[in-house]
Amino acid sequence: MRYLPLTEQDRREMLAVIGAKSVDELFRDVPPSARLPGKIADLPDHQGELEVERAFQAFAAKNISPASAPSFIGAGAYRHHVPSTVDYMIQRGEFLTSYTPYQPEITQGTLQYLFEFQTQVTLLTGMEVANASMYDGSTGAAEAVLMANRITRRHKALISGGLHPQYRRIIETTGRWEGFNAVVGKPDVEGHEDLIAGIDKETSCVVVQNPSFFGHVRDFSKLAAACHAAGALLIVVVTEVVSLGLLQPPGDMGADIVVCEGQSIGNGLGFGGPYVGLFATREKYMRQMPGRLVGETVDADGKRGFVLTLSTREQHIRREKATSNICTNAGLCALAFTVHLTLLGEAGLRRLAELNHAKASELADRVSAVPGVKIVNESFFNEFTVRLPKPAVPVVEALAARRILGGLPVSRLLPDDPSVANLLLLAATETATEHGMESLVSALKEVL
Amino acid sequence: MVQSLDRSQGRAGGDVPQTTAAPATFTGNRALQIEEPLIFEMGQPGRCGVDLPEPPKVKDRLNGLRRSGSIGLPGLSEPQVVQHYTRLSQKNYAIDMGVYPLGSCTMKHNPRINEKVARLPGIGDLHPLQPVSTVQGALELIDSLAHWLKTLTGMPAVAMSPAAGAHGEMCGMMAIAAALEARGERAKRRIVLAPESAHGTNPATAAALGFTVKPIPANERGRVDLVALKAALGSEVAAIMLTNPNTCGLFESEIVEISKAVHEAGAYFYCDGANFNAIVGRVRPGDLGVDCMHINLHKTFSTPHGGGGPGAGPVVLSAALAPYAPYPWIVKQGDAWTVAEDGAKVDGRPLGRLKAFHGQMGMFTRALAYMMSHGADGLKQAAEDAVLSANYVMAALKDVMTPAFEGPCMHEALFDDGFLKDTGISTLDFAKAMIDEGYHPMTMYFPLVVHGAMLIEPTESQAKEDLDLFIAAMRSLTERARSGTAAEAFKAAPHFAPRRRLDETLAARKPILRWRPSNNPPEGDPMRQAAE
Repeated sequence: MRYLPLTEQDRREMLAVIGAKSVDELFRDVPPSARLPGKIADLPDHQGELEVERAFQAFAAKNISPASAPSFIGAGAYRHHVPSTVDYMIQRGEFLTSYTPYQPEITQGTLQYLFEFQTQVTLLTGMEVANASMYDGSTGAAEAVLMANRITRRHKALISGGLHPQYRRIIETTGRWEGFNAVVGKPDVEGHEDLIAGIDKETSCVVVQNPSFFGHVRDFSKLAAACHAAGALLIVVVTEVVSLGLLQPPGDMGADIVVCEGQSIGNGLGFGGPYVGLFATREKYMRQMPGRLVGETVDADGKRGFVLTLSTREQHIRREKATSNICTNAGLCALAFTVHLTLLGEAGLRRLAELNHAKASELADRVSAVPGVKIVNESFFNEFTVRLPKPAVPVVEALAARRILGGLPVSRLLPDDPSVANLLLLAATETATEHGMESLVSALKEVL
Repeated sequence: MVQSLDRSQGRAGGDVPQTTAAPATFTGNRALQIEEPLIFEMGQPGRCGVDLPEPPKVKDRLNGLRRSGSIGLPGLSEPQVVQHYTRLSQKNYAIDMGVYPLGSCTMKHNPRINEKVARLPGIGDLHPLQPVSTVQGALELIDSLAHWLKTLTGMPAVAMSPAAGAHGEMCGMMAIAAALEARGERAKRRIVLAPESAHGTNPATAAALGFTVKPIPANERGRVDLVALKAALGSEVAAIMLTNPNTCGLFESEIVEISKAVHEAGAYFYCDGANFNAIVGRVRPGDLGVDCMHINLHKTFSTPHGGGGPGAGPVVLSAALAPYAPYPWIVKQGDAWTVAEDGAKVDGRPLGRLKAFHGQMGMFTRALAYMMSHGADGLKQAAEDAVLSANYVMAALKDVMTPAFEGPCMHEALFDDGFLKDTGISTLDFAKAMIDEGYHPMTMYFPLVVHGAMLIEPTESQAKEDLDLFIAAMRSLTERARSGTAAEAFKAAPHFAPRRRLDETLAARKPILRWRPSNNPPEGDPMRQAAE
């Protein structure tokens, strides 16, 4: 077996040093009733690389790749072009096959890029401090609510109807089992929701998304002021992080915690994961943050270096008193994010964001010219909602049959709400082409 | 005198030579160790590492919320970015470089075919919300991995979505809370038992769910004290969280009695599957009475650790807990696969949702490729080789280091710091000296139940020659440590790493968590001279 260096001769010699007759002796603590005889049935034996690769090509062949079909699906995961340098860099063995930087003297590479990552996140979000990443945006949103509960010592979260429905469900699930109340607004299709009236003395936080799930771009400055007047925190979720190249950052609106899904920068769609969660807050809340933090320090020679820090918040030190049970972050996805954002820089990110907005504007104009299709949004970044004259699910199926990935029927994520049955969410990034948009429009005309 | 080994000559050399002090260099670099600024200290306006077309002018639909002022991101060209991150990479130790015996973390070989298949068009670029008719192969792939996981563990169900081991723990403990709720016993059963040697995530998870954590002592053999456990069990106990093989690297030999006692008391058995790699193909957790167990795909099934993630932590569930599995899961209907998502009318009472989309698909792909490459035969052999290698290291070091417990270990060898008594050298010092010998240190000070713990997990991936060299280096270190003359050298180690010991107290006392234009490199840092 190509991955196993020990030869039969090695094994015999090693057993002799151990003083055991066979490897079975090393498993003698396993109770006899639990020992499996022979090998596990129902599973094939080892295979060469060629056979394995073929098996995966067979899986791939049963899917429609967005590379081979015009795609307009967003809803929290966006198809962007990722420069070749990114994927090359994250496949360097020194990054790929290293672990959590517990020994900082020999993991400065990881520590320094995480410090760069943290800085980039603060700049994008307009916040003061950021952690070294979360599993993804969706789990980060639930952690943000828990953090707000710790800070305010309150247990009621007010959830915007503009929050991604799966994010909302994760917060509800967390609340159900970890003991807080999640009050959820109706789906905010039109983008006019007013949450201020719902804030009271028990509210620990208000969770909003910008641009919202339905694509609306909103100013939350007044909401932030209302939260703060009531002693609550404002949590702003961003699922399309490229938007921060063009939009006023949540920090400028008065957000207390900002959570982003960072997938759009550096990370491919990958059928939903792994992605990377960005998590930023105010300096005064630093010690209540979940997850790993990298800090600057000096070594014994006075040279600058980086270490994991403030770990007394974490589970391996604090155990049942930890701020979170989180152990891993999304190290390699954070590296992909950092490398891509470094390639983009100020000018590149701004231009990328402008391009996205321009493509989506073009798509909106084209689609709204299709008879019966109405654009819901007055504002958007690279994604918007349209109302179709009939239910969106069969329309999207009919488009898929024509090899067009024509957006997300909102009802897939809100199956119990008949009022959203005809809504379709459409996204366009810099990868959208003239031809692709034209294909969508003509196919829509056919199927509607 | 300590013998040295000069590998450049391929033979043992003479005494460890005295070093002459290295001269200072103009750049502060030391040959391949190149001092590297932060990207924020390298940027120039007008530089950019991507070429994007000029955006067409369109009417702005941003609701008047266009960003004003600059973001503050530096501008670098592509070659600068490549050099920067390449240089940073060279400051890291990695599995690809050698023995990485970090106990409990399972730093085994990460095959590159797994990276390749995860990036195939039609797998790596799928949108998670494509119509299910367009992702049949992806759903089949997840279902295939689920089949392997269920078969290897002997469990009837698996929840695929948890993003990491700790997330899997949360999933499993929520399923237990849901099952208790269905029995009307959630308010009554508030206690979770966990051994003192447990991973920190176990008590953190239980506490987050409102359980009170009660520690269970270990016996002198490093296993759960069955008598103490039985005494602690009762009608208020919700579950036991137990790692098996345990964090001391030992198989819980009374596991069957433990699970029987737990179930008789009406509680559930959560198994922390972090060490499943030791027993794959030889023991099925389902046969031990386990109710749920997370599987760290990044440990047992070799998905890359990536500098601390991403991981993946699917949770296998017993028939008693399967009805509470969170959304989503894959359902096969005839020849087609579909996804049960939130709101789907299903049998059972899902506990909710833990993560957006379908879970860590990229990790599923890599883990499945690893399993298919090994096959049932290779997986079992890998587990046996891992256990054999750990016992070999234990046997070869037990006369110069102090094993924490007697008898054979599983996949990791645990020592205490008894052999360093009266040397003035701590576990930390010893670990730092290993760095100078070219090794990543073992896990230190964990588990907490062993004084100055050193947990060595060689994995199945090291050739015997490399284990022999590692053993020889460790023996040399123990000899030097006990020579009575080396304490200073150990305390100053590492000497040859990209950085010497870092001031962690300073980092925590005055946290600097981001670069700001005002924070120059400190005095004595080569980058400061460059900046000036």
